[in-house]
Amino acid sequence: MIPATFEYVRAHTVEEAIRLLQQYGDRAKLLAGGHSLLPLMKLRLSQPEVLIDLGRIQELKGIREEGDSLVIGAMTTHDEVAASPLVQQRCPLLAEAASQIGDLQVRNMGTIGGSLAHADPAADYPAAVLALEAEITCQGPGESRTVKATDWFVDLLTTALQPGEVLTQVRVPVHKPGQGWAYLKVPHPASGYALVGVACLLTLDGSTCREARLAVTGVGPKAVRLGNVEQALVGKTLDEPTVGEAARRAAEGLEATDDPLYASAEYKRHLATVYTKRAILKALERARG
Amino acid sequence: MAVTQIFGARVRRREDPRLITGRATYTDDLVLPDLCYAVFVRSPHAHARIRRIDTSRAKAAPGVIDVLTAADLEGKVGSIPTAWLIPNADLKTPPHPPLAKDKVRYVGDAVAVVIARTRGEAYDAAALVEVDYDVLPAVMDMEHALLGEVLVHDDVPHNRAFLWTLKGGDYEAAVKEPGVRTLKQRMTNQRLIPTAMEPRAVLAQYNPGAADLVVWSTTQNPHILRLLLSATTGIPEHRIRVIAPEVGGGFGSKIPHYPEEAVVAHLAQRLGRPVKWTETRRENYQATTHGRDHVTDLEVAFRDDGTVVGLRVRTLANLGAYLSTAAPGVPTYLYGLMLSGAYKIPHISCEVVGVFTNTTPVDAYRGAGRPEACYVVERAMDLVARELGMDPVEVRRKNLIRKEEFPYTVATGLVYDSGDYERALHRVLEILDYAKFRTDQAQARQQGRYLGVGFSTYVEVCGLGPSKVVGSTGFQGGLWESALVRMHPTGKVTVLTGTSPHGQGEETTFAQIVAQELGVSLEDVEVLHGDTDAIQWGWGTYGSRTTPVGGTAVYLAARRVVEKAKRIVAHQLEVSPDDLLFEGGRFYVRGAPDRGMTIQQAALQAYLAWNLPEGMEPGLEAQANWDPTNFVFPFGTHACVVEVDPETGQVRILRYIAVDDCGRVINPLIVDGQVHGGVVQGIAQALWEGAVYDPNGNLLTGSLSDYAFPKASWFPAFETDRTETPTPVNPMGAKGVGETGTIAATPAVVNAVMDALSPFGIRHLDMPLWPEKVWQAIRQARGGGA
Repeated sequence: MIPATFEYVRAHTVEEAIRLLQQYGDRAKLLAGGHSLLPLMKLRLSQPEVLIDLGRIQELKGIREEGDSLVIGAMTTHDEVAASPLVQQRCPLLAEAASQIGDLQVRNMGTIGGSLAHADPAADYPAAVLALEAEITCQGPGESRTVKATDWFVDLLTTALQPGEVLTQVRVPVHKPGQGWAYLKVPHPASGYALVGVACLLTLDGSTCREARLAVTGVGPKAVRLGNVEQALVGKTLDEPTVGEAARRAAEGLEATDDPLYASAEYKRHLATVYTKRAILKALERARG
Repeated sequence: MAVTQIFGARVRRREDPRLITGRATYTDDLVLPDLCYAVFVRSPHAHARIRRIDTSRAKAAPGVIDVLTAADLEGKVGSIPTAWLIPNADLKTPPHPPLAKDKVRYVGDAVAVVIARTRGEAYDAAALVEVDYDVLPAVMDMEHALLGEVLVHDDVPHNRAFLWTLKGGDYEAAVKEPGVRTLKQRMTNQRLIPTAMEPRAVLAQYNPGAADLVVWSTTQNPHILRLLLSATTGIPEHRIRVIAPEVGGGFGSKIPHYPEEAVVAHLAQRLGRPVKWTETRRENYQATTHGRDHVTDLEVAFRDDGTVVGLRVRTLANLGAYLSTAAPGVPTYLYGLMLSGAYKIPHISCEVVGVFTNTTPVDAYRGAGRPEACYVVERAMDLVARELGMDPVEVRRKNLIRKEEFPYTVATGLVYDSGDYERALHRVLEILDYAKFRTDQAQARQQGRYLGVGFSTYVEVCGLGPSKVVGSTGFQGGLWESALVRMHPTGKVTVLTGTSPHGQGEETTFAQIVAQELGVSLEDVEVLHGDTDAIQWGWGTYGSRTTPVGGTAVYLAARRVVEKAKRIVAHQLEVSPDDLLFEGGRFYVRGAPDRGMTIQQAALQAYLAWNLPEGMEPGLEAQANWDPTNFVFPFGTHACVVEVDPETGQVRILRYIAVDDCGRVINPLIVDGQVHGGVVQGIAQALWEGAVYDPNGNLLTGSLSDYAFPKASWFPAFETDRTETPTPVNPMGAKGVGETGTIAATPAVVNAVMDALSPFGIRHLDMPLWPEKVWQAIRQARGGGA
């Protein structure tokens, strides 16, 4: 299909984008890559009257190191994140997640800000930013504000982003010595979205697990942290039985939705435990160097 | 004299540079002055009566030229015909109105067409067409359909389109013989969506001055389309020109004559301006034909030593809501006749019931009937092996037709032309290192890893086909093929073929045949196809017929050109034609090699016509219409090695080995390409692809983000090899290879997965082997625990 008629305006600065948002209100949508929005528009499930393209805003692009964090501009593409030596070296969990998004065409166009603002329940980034405890910055007509990743994902396709705001950047802490990471996913065989995707960041102190952060995407209406699993790991010496035991808790209280074709809720919950175990083992292997 | 062997050379496809650099011209690329655009309004219901259609709002929308419904086409565009009227099967051919009249029968059935100045305006207006439906219960399941509670067509009781039977030998008697035992298995061969890279498109232009119609269409068979368009539009055949420009794949789904073609052609005439329609991918999935969709009850009769004595096959074949062009022939003749596979099975009994349901019509899809047959036979071999605790390779060896037994008449009546089945099997076992694999497999199992190997010692029928034979099956056409080879005064050559390649590479292959026969360079040969005004006649490209049938016509026409050139040279050199030798494009006198003339010089003489033999017509061209005496039967063995993850049910392909024999090979590179593509499609059916409807008839796999179309990264590098057993059916010895991969691969993969799952006692799972299905089966086998 082809979309219904719409106006296209290009913002050159964040300030201009915010002004345009004010001008058009809910008749407008921000275009931040478009790999989710344009298909919906082609199916006429979404018919915005105006698209405000953020693609030419230079200040929203690029990755830089700031203290113990990486600051990633909202319009940085998935491929730029995946291929960035800085991300690969300083925050490889994010690079590993970015490299598994969709396919190359999607990674060349899709952006981290677009993905996080859309909050598709099966997107890959949400699990990674939850496990990384990233911070997301939004800019509206007034002050900018920063939201913790754990507070960002509100519900299905719903985030803490307010009307009139532009997601401007994502701040992720760099990995510390003794940390191991992994992002593993079962891709939907057609769309490439995660049927189940597990992000894991472990901190070891000798052979003891000092901190564990895990998050899962794809299973339910939004990505969530796996607190039960984390608790079962922290303070333990991580051998395979301990990891297996902890991973089994991934399914406890985990809200799951049926994929109409490729994975029932039951199967997704099962996969969540298997992939949690595998992600922990992989992170452990990396933490031990 | 240096002779270059062009026949058999790894020549790169001359089509590819334009295809991969975006310089090819497809139907949708064409723009004509005053062009307008058609968009079809399609039913959102699988089954409903149309109470009323209100087009007034749509007609008033900006840019709209007209909006038509079935009532407007009454008496102008006829019912879409079926061209394979299988005999003795009580075949029902209910009307197929080009726009639904009274009733819609599947989601996607077209009810109206909007014509506007731009495609966007046409879409906008299509949303304004108001159709008042009286929704009826949909009938989706074949067994349910046969109860006849809900009728897709009011005049087809029990939704039964046909009942076709085939008996070879006496199965009922054979099972009563002492020492014969049986096993049963129900299996489905799921519905697939062909997914050609280019969706369908039609552009039609009517010239009122000359009263003629030009139709550009994404068709695999332009002459057949012209013939059928003359029937549906009433415009006489000689006033219609059909052009198949670049066509981006078809896999059978571009064989049928579709309603949109008839409607768009009519619109061009009606409106007096050119009209174009291009389907979206969603329309492509809903309204372009699907493939396969069988449910089969198999019974195999066999002896303790592994000898298979008989098969009884009862198949329900889903035909969808209407009978598509070739639909009745696909699950009958192209299926039942191949149920002996590569084996000597003396007793075969087959019954096929064609069923109407509220689904997209089903027609040929790469392999068309033969993959379904191969699947049944190759699964049967593994089931017998499992039952007897025998090696599946041994069971196959026990039953294979031996090379000295050709030509071999199987129980279904086909006469297999040539083969050496054991040689291909042997080669696969060698590449695989079979004994070592079994050792590795046993070791892996001890470590909780589940490896499996599956074989498919397939044979297929292609090179369709001898006209007399296909006529006896009710096919409403001949399947001979034509070619014209024209050498121009400068010695350059144009080849006009009646086949219509759309990705297969015959522009290269046929140039190789002609360059070889005429002794000219490859660059001097141009191959044209796909235009009914330029090409004398053609039946098109499908059924792996293009090279064995169309290529043979090309070969024969080239030979005739050489013969004529030889007579001209003999005349001018004043020798007998018998005294001339022909080598590397030059004729010379036997014993006096200096006295000679090149074929290019002969061509110039043919056109100058100053000095030709008495009674010879000027010019240098020849046409050949080749009608084969038999089909051809390519064969081979494929083996697949998989690992199943017992925790998740995921299947990983570790190795895929294909040893194929398609007779004499003209271009090994193209043969490899065909094998690779075919294998990918075959594996995809086993593991991923499957069209799924919900109970209300909505296609859940209605887009590329839902339908598990395979990606290149999912496959290992294929290990391919070949044997070459020429066919006696045509002078080149070439068989077809366009469908072998698709036919062979599917059972090889399923057999491999079942082999991997044998420690769990799992004997059969239906395709596609989606991980959850495999995981559930393992879980069940383990007694519920994960």
